[in-house]
Amino acid sequence: MGRCYPAAATYQVGREKIREFAEAIGDPDPLYRDPQAARSHGYPDVIAPPTFAIIVALRAQQALVSDPALGLDCRRMVHGRQSFTHHRPIHAGDELAASVYVDDARAAGGHELLTLRCEITASTGEPVTTSRSLLVVRGAQG
Amino acid sequence: MSRRRASEVVDGEQLPPLQVRITRADLIRYAAASGDFNPIHWSERTAREAGLPGVVAHGMLTMALATRVVTAWAGDPGAVLACTARFTRPVVVPDDDEGTLVHLTGKVASRHDDGTVLVAITVHASGHSVLGQATATVALG
Repeated sequence: MGRCYPAAATYQVGREKIREFAEAIGDPDPLYRDPQAARSHGYPDVIAPPTFAIIVALRAQQALVSDPALGLDCRRMVHGRQSFTHHRPIHAGDELAASVYVDDARAAGGHELLTLRCEITASTGEPVTTSRSLLVVRGAQG
Repeated sequence: MSRRRASEVVDGEQLPPLQVRITRADLIRYAAASGDFNPIHWSERTAREAGLPGVVAHGMLTMALATRVVTAWAGDPGAVLACTARFTRPVVVPDDDEGTLVHLTGKVASRHDDGTVLVAITVHASGHSVLGQATATVALG
């Protein structure tokens, strides 16, 4: 608890990656594809779907999940809960940094519950998204 | 499409529902797009070894579909200030052409003085609710 994994590398948000993610979730929204449509809504470029931030959070959490000091068994890990708070929408051209914090770690019912917070910021330091994930590492009997 | 106005919204309003069919191909596509290559989402053997009935959809794919109900209604995906969900039951996706049909609905749960509304979302697959406490906070015009 209180452990922090600072940003290792930044994530460059590209138009094609946003389009690919939008296709994968079957969402036809033009604001994910058409820079002109996005600008007419006041955005600097195409914006990302609300759950796109999971790409950045997953990458950042990888350092923690594979930290031998924590000894987590990835094969027994399931996603229990997820939330995002968007301070502003992510858009193409963003260069995002993500720091991961262990907000809570506890054992319950033979399982290990890990609450991770990922603070995603722009290159200017401006907060963009706060992601919170509850990871459940199921006990050997689970 | 422009952002929906707060004045047009009433408490308890039902959002247009959405039905989405998820097949194994969709899971492969989502794995590649999201970078989540956990084999329980594409390998029957690994899924069963993990104690699951079969290959299951990414919880984050289900959550993404849930937010589509909200973004389509809001008229601007950038209007979603926050979203949250508990993954209460796995969505099992069989190895056939039909896959699994996911039913999504949304309802305005509360409206606030600052122009935001809270939308409660339900997601059902194979007759069961699969997300718990799924909500989105939306800033309307």
